[in-house]
Amino acid sequence: MRRKPSAAFLRSPRWLSEFFNVMAGLDPAIHEKKSVDPRDKPGDDGSRIVSVSHGQSAQLTELTIAEARAGLAARQFSARELAEAYIAAMQAARPLNAYITETPEIALAMAAASDARLAKGAALRLDGIPIAVKDLFCTKDVLTTAASHILDGFHPPYESTVTEKLWQAGAVMLGKTNLDEFAMGSSTTTSHYGPTENPWRRSGDNRPLVAGGSSGGSAAAVAAHAALGATGTDTGGSIRQPASFCGIVGLKPTYGRCSRWGVVAYASSLDHPGPIARTVRDAAILLGAMAGHDPRDSTSAPVPVPGFEKALTGDVRGLKIGIPREYRSDGMPGEIDAVWQQGTAWLRDAGAEPVEVSLPMTKYALAAYYIIAPAEASSNLARYDGVKYGLRVAGDSLDDMYELTRAAGFGAEVKRRVLIGTYVLSAGYYDAYYLKAQKVRALIAQDFERAFEKVDCLLTPTAPSAAFAIGEKQDDPIAMYLNDVFTVPANLTGLPAISVPAGLSADGLPLGLQLIGRAFDEETVLRVGGVLERAAQFTHRPSFTARTE
Amino acid sequence: MALDKAAVAHIAALARIRLKEEELEPLAAELSHILTWVEQLAEVDTADAAPMTSVAAMRLPMRDDEVTDANAPQAVRGFFAVPKVVE
Repeated sequence: MRRKPSAAFLRSPRWLSEFFNVMAGLDPAIHEKKSVDPRDKPGDDGSRIVSVSHGQSAQLTELTIAEARAGLAARQFSARELAEAYIAAMQAARPLNAYITETPEIALAMAAASDARLAKGAALRLDGIPIAVKDLFCTKDVLTTAASHILDGFHPPYESTVTEKLWQAGAVMLGKTNLDEFAMGSSTTTSHYGPTENPWRRSGDNRPLVAGGSSGGSAAAVAAHAALGATGTDTGGSIRQPASFCGIVGLKPTYGRCSRWGVVAYASSLDHPGPIARTVRDAAILLGAMAGHDPRDSTSAPVPVPGFEKALTGDVRGLKIGIPREYRSDGMPGEIDAVWQQGTAWLRDAGAEPVEVSLPMTKYALAAYYIIAPAEASSNLARYDGVKYGLRVAGDSLDDMYELTRAAGFGAEVKRRVLIGTYVLSAGYYDAYYLKAQKVRALIAQDFERAFEKVDCLLTPTAPSAAFAIGEKQDDPIAMYLNDVFTVPANLTGLPAISVPAGLSADGLPLGLQLIGRAFDEETVLRVGGVLERAAQFTHRPSFTARTE
Repeated sequence: MALDKAAVAHIAALARIRLKEEELEPLAAELSHILTWVEQLAEVDTADAAPMTSVAAMRLPMRDDEVTDANAPQAVRGFFAVPKVVE
């Protein structure tokens, strides 16, 4: 029988403690984590606490996916109540511009279906879990923009494989999140729909900061508790860097683990769909539902999907953790180096063995990436010609129409990358640029293969800095590209990598650490990530969360 | 490699992106800056390296060729209406 708690009960701390008692029987690890992670800290200075509703909504949006799943299963609250709490939170978080499209009606309909299954005792693995979808995933009959003007009014007649799998697992769609146009960027400032704002601010400085990118809308929504989890895509760091900037967890799985079918293509050999969540366990839960072979994506790997949550044993004793010497680049800020060394110490304390490794070719990864990605982009984006999709600008001739449509439809960064890509693929330059970059890519992959003969996992910083202010790094494209210096190698090699929040910068912003694993060994990445998360005890809150005090 | 305005105009024509005259100069500078930066790859000895096109070590599977739903923005009398694409 379902027992609906009273509003007064839900407002009292007793509700959470009883709730955790319920879960203690289901998952001791969560209970243990909760006992040291009260998550009841007030906002930092300059808090912009937004009132969303009454006590219950706010407390529901405090739960992790694992906790919400347990609460739904125990009938402590309904999927509809959880969806309503998140719809209110999504609306309260509008100042962040994290969502391009909100879909509250779809959320409520999906939640009703979840409640029906829960009532029958036939719950699916993600039943009732409210998820935000990066607006790069095609969603059937729901506006899909890639944050580009050129896709104006595009309502896909099909659903991407990854989102279809999430809905088939019972997840609830809250809406579509903002991103850099066609996922080209590291700041979510190149969106046709305006920049997404990071829920964090520097202490003593009220300037709005970027959420990172390109999955900045998803990361900001999850960090602000305006979504319980989200999908992202990562072509050069677009899941991990925004996760680092927003103080949450982002996982880029192995290439081929999650289908690219129905994801608007940027650079097909580098694009990776993956989850964004507030905890490592939540990322594991989402990945389990998103992963799997898909015959519709010719590069989807026909390999079984392991139980990712089971990998979170908390035991890393005896594991060898590679510390790549070359990543300690000239001019690395002291606080980035400090959090990296702290992470190394945490893993050593947990019984793992740090081992210095050499990846001599990785210093060329960024340059190779900024040939290969634009080359693939120039080919993929050829389809936006005014004929087949969205925007069409009339011209006197066919070429005129093509050129005017693409001039009006693409933003500055997309044009820049299409032009670079066109150039490096053009006759006379193909060998010098594109072929050379592909050969360097092979050498980078060899570096990693050699390293993984000696170690089980690599530990690096996620990004070379904390979040920067909106408008910074706009003048020099290369300054923006350098954001991806630590993340790009895992895209070139297809290796799984996670970013876990590990500490704060001197001015109070989150800093993430990255773990890179062997191909199709997300389990080790998650296991070590879970240990790092527990050691870091990252309980800091952004100054903006959609919640009540 | 430094690109001049004429080279940028040529690339833009290949990419079917109309650029205004005043956009050419700044783009030439930006693109030259990026190309000069990526040319650091020239110092890598790749004599023995085979170009890597994909990390997925697998044969490309084949699928059946079937008509699927279309995405075209305009339909007339049950047909897809597109601009004249054969001149």
